Amino acid sequence: MAAPILPPPLPDPQFVLRGTQSAVHSLHFCRGAQGQGHPLLLSGSLSGLVHIWSLQTRRALTTLDGHRGQCVTWLQTLPHGHQLLSQGRDLRLCLWDLAEGRNAVVDSVRLESMGFCRSTVLAGAQPRWMLAMPGRGNDEVEILEMPSKTSVCTLKPEADAKLGMPMCLKLWQADSSPRPRLLAGYEDGSVVLWDVSEGKVCSRVTCHTEPVMGLDFDSQKARGVSGSAEKALAVWSLDEQQSLKACGTHEVTNPGIADVTIRPDRKLLATAGWDHRVRIFHWRTMKPLAVLDFHTATVYCVAFADDGLLASGSGDQRISVWSLYQRT
Amino acid sequence: MDPAPSVVRLAVCDAIHTLASSEDGGCIFSVLGSLKHYLGEAEALPREREEFARFHFSPLLRCLVSKLSPDWLELLPAGQLEELWASFFLEGPADQAFLVLMEAIEGTAGPSYRLMKLAQLLERFLHAGRVAVLLGEQCQQQAQPGTPLLQEMLLGKVVCLPDYLSNRLQHENLALFLPQRYFPLLAEELVRALRIVADTLRGGGVSFTSSLLAPSVPGGVNCSVTFVSQVLGKVCIHGRQKELLGVLVPRLAGLMQDDRLWQQVCWRLVECVPDRAVEAMLMGLVEAAPGPEVLSQLLGNLVMKNKKAQFVMTRKLLFLQHRCTMPMLQSLLGYLAADSQRRPLLVQVLKELLEMWGSSSVVRHAPVPQQHHIGKAILMCLVYLGEAELQDIREELLASMMAGVQSHLDSSLPPVRRLGMVVAEVLSARLHPEGPPLKFQYEKDELTCEMLALVAPRPADGGPSTLGLSAASVATETPADGSWDVSTAPVQPEGADPELDSDDEFVPYDMSGDKELRSSKAPAYIRDCLEALMTSEDRERWEAALRVLEGLVYRSPVATREVSVELAQVLLHLEEKSFVAGFEALCRGALVAVTVTDPARVAEYLTTQFYALNYSLRQRIDILDVLTLAAQELSRPGCHSTALQWSPPSLGVQGESALAASQLSGVVPTDWKAVVELRIRSKTRRFSKASSRLDPACGPNKFNAVAGCFFFPLIQRFDRPMATFDLLGDDHLVLGRLTHTLGALMYLAVNTTVAVSMGKALLEFVWALRFHADAYVRQGLLSAVTAILLSVPAERLLGELSEEVLEARAWLADMAEEDPDGECRALAVRALLLAEKLRDRLLPHPSP
Repeated sequence: MAAPILPPPLPDPQFVLRGTQSAVHSLHFCRGAQGQGHPLLLSGSLSGLVHIWSLQTRRALTTLDGHRGQCVTWLQTLPHGHQLLSQGRDLRLCLWDLAEGRNAVVDSVRLESMGFCRSTVLAGAQPRWMLAMPGRGNDEVEILEMPSKTSVCTLKPEADAKLGMPMCLKLWQADSSPRPRLLAGYEDGSVVLWDVSEGKVCSRVTCHTEPVMGLDFDSQKARGVSGSAEKALAVWSLDEQQSLKACGTHEVTNPGIADVTIRPDRKLLATAGWDHRVRIFHWRTMKPLAVLDFHTATVYCVAFADDGLLASGSGDQRISVWSLYQRT
Repeated sequence: MDPAPSVVRLAVCDAIHTLASSEDGGCIFSVLGSLKHYLGEAEALPREREEFARFHFSPLLRCLVSKLSPDWLELLPAGQLEELWASFFLEGPADQAFLVLMEAIEGTAGPSYRLMKLAQLLERFLHAGRVAVLLGEQCQQQAQPGTPLLQEMLLGKVVCLPDYLSNRLQHENLALFLPQRYFPLLAEELVRALRIVADTLRGGGVSFTSSLLAPSVPGGVNCSVTFVSQVLGKVCIHGRQKELLGVLVPRLAGLMQDDRLWQQVCWRLVECVPDRAVEAMLMGLVEAAPGPEVLSQLLGNLVMKNKKAQFVMTRKLLFLQHRCTMPMLQSLLGYLAADSQRRPLLVQVLKELLEMWGSSSVVRHAPVPQQHHIGKAILMCLVYLGEAELQDIREELLASMMAGVQSHLDSSLPPVRRLGMVVAEVLSARLHPEGPPLKFQYEKDELTCEMLALVAPRPADGGPSTLGLSAASVATETPADGSWDVSTAPVQPEGADPELDSDDEFVPYDMSGDKELRSSKAPAYIRDCLEALMTSEDRERWEAALRVLEGLVYRSPVATREVSVELAQVLLHLEEKSFVAGFEALCRGALVAVTVTDPARVAEYLTTQFYALNYSLRQRIDILDVLTLAAQELSRPGCHSTALQWSPPSLGVQGESALAASQLSGVVPTDWKAVVELRIRSKTRRFSKASSRLDPACGPNKFNAVAGCFFFPLIQRFDRPMATFDLLGDDHLVLGRLTHTLGALMYLAVNTTVAVSMGKALLEFVWALRFHADAYVRQGLLSAVTAILLSVPAERLLGELSEEVLEARAWLADMAEEDPDGECRALAVRALLLAEKLRDRLLPHPSP
């Protein structure tokens, strides 16, 4: 029994990556090139650079400069080929080709929205994939089919919904259904489920009083979590009738959650806090497990690798990498 | 006289003669047996029987008693004679038998065979229910004149039986004669006697009331319960209400349930109780009745008929005492509310209660328990009274309430203030049900919860069992507060989860460091801190400065001394512009730290500010608190080391001074000892070691030098009122704090050189204020006197201050007896004891 024993002291980060020279706003793990065992970590910084870190040597392998010095807010690799998507505050979404040591922008999409909303992709094995990004109108979300860049539809809430701007997006597709769906967190604190093919709202749940800053969804358990500028972390679930239901909220000590991520094995949840701390929860029970107090400025992003490694990027220009509750 | 009586007389004379002279058991037995048939129903003529009972029974019994001895009883074998002897007492007229028995018992000196026999006989008499017969007979004879003396005597013997018996039997006393057993038995007998009366009435076919009102209705059955009432009253006067009524009340309540005759009997019973016993009886009944319904069944409309009863119920129990418990109050007021005739009394009571509650003199002088008593009674009245009745007297109630709130809030005792708030809240809610409710902020304690529970709506049947049941069912409906596990587990059935992860895998890490984030940088130097506190518009910086200030002050005493008075000034005037958790404690802690660091100057500043214009009461009280805490800190032995705990060792005060000392002297006096110790330890093997004990920290009392600076400026100017601050007038709260502070300073000045002159000044101060009306001030004065007794050396006390101490003692003795406040009395007793102890210690060694 571990209960009566004092809780173990907080671990130190496994290592810390320095050298971005500016605040880290986005992180993404990807499998290494040439099938190497060690994955790569991609980071996007406030100065517009994307660093590619080797987790083996813990050095930056490459630096990509494609956003004209504007903040890189989102990074995502595509499963086929070695292609990277990066979203910058210069209103461009760049598609990079990283195969065989190349680092060139092969394509770019123009963004119409000045907001902070990160885009999302839905990509399978097929060459065609779907991209959702904030649209032209203030409250719109644009769905594109890539790589042809043809617009599938524009998701525009009804005029009287007063949702405000979309703040975070998550495209997903249930195993059972061929229809892709989009979860979007809005400025007014509500999370909305869109049916992309029909372009209409399936369900809406208002779980925050402040804008939703980040959300993640566990499609197997049909349960998602969202964090906002307030102190509460909300958990909601999706039932068979495709309607969202709030399950509960979890109070954290300090307000402001910039990002939430569920570990790929769906056991842990990590949040990036404005209070410089990364919090780890047990995803099924929402039991708080750890508070990682390492950074000295706002943590903007957290990311999990497939093997369970956790990385967090912060305004103190450091990326800390943690190995907690590793899978055995 | 006709010849017939002489037959009886002859027989009795013969028997008495035989008894006196004969030693022959058989002869005695036959004579007595022949007399015995006069007791029986069947064998003798009624006339003969009556004559025997009236004229010859008592002498015969006396004669029988006189013969009682072991030899006489053994004249016949197998106790035949004893049985026959006893049967005369048990079967004859009960009153005479009882009187003779009691007389014989009283006449016997000390425990003996004879006394034990008599006592056993009396026990049989009681067990056989003869007392009920006796009471019943008295009830029926009451109507006939001419027996008051006998009745008076019987009454005394019946009620005081336990006293007589225990006097006579002493350690041999039988259990039945103890009050705890006897009075319950008497209660049963009373009920039985009443039943006899009731049966007679029922059988006689006479309406009870008519027979009572006109006792001599021709042809009717004459009955009166007066004797039973007298017994009841007398027992109550003797203070045995609990034993008697504990049995009597439930019995009567059961009998009265659905019987009008019994109700009449019972009402008559309480009405006939003599005036001087009414109070004792009512007190007992209110206490014994389980609720207002039973009480009103028992009493009927007694309060309307009997002036004395009305006085007791509506005034004495409510206003002149405060020993009623909550259920008693509830019974009493519920009784008043139960009948439309009595309701005007309840309204009147409420008016008077409120008047008393609102009177500032009562608030100031009445003991706190009584004020609580009144408060509770008011709330209960409000529960019982209807809307319409309240609206009729609304104006009067409002006027009393306004005055009452004012005087309660002025009080310096927190329980009194809270009481005022609770009562005013409830009252205003009842008087203005539609208006916005009056709402005070007060901390709920046990008493206020109890009072608020009084006015909370109760279920209709109000039984505790139903209450408990509903609470239990509510509890089972919501088995646990909605913790995450419970609320989410059903959504995700365990079987569907492919991974089945157990929580053991995820042991939480230590999360104690997860505190609220403070972003602002705290200042690191005293002057920065001061500046931040004075000017900063940046609230976060301001707050951070406040939080670090205390530690900074202890860490850098030299820098603090340069700005100590400025710092004190800033801290004293600091306002909480935005919410800061623990603001007052932070502020006070910092101020104490500054005072400890530079006591003389800061104390001078604070004491002058205490009497300066334009301070709020809060600030003045803060000054007093800070002075006390600082004095405590200074007088604590080794206060340096505690301060040192706050600071990193490199900056420590002692570290610096020790370093300086060693540099100055050039030699290191303590080091060599430590080195030797270390060497010895390294070369010694110890198999076991006694636990090393820490020496108590010791050092010079730093308060010694500055006690005067703290004390005298405070005590000098209390009697000079200013425009905004009048200690002897309205600001008695501050005066109370001042007296407590002075007492504390006196206590902390133990073993200092100024203690004697401080004591002298303080005794004068106490003398000047000894009759202050406010209890809190008096408590302060008493603790000050105690502090003087503890701090001033006893020799000096009796030598130089003997006059003052004598005066103080007289005052203390007075307080211990007469002060209305319980706390004051206790304090005074404690101080007196202390004074006695001091004297005792000095007396064996009279000064040469």
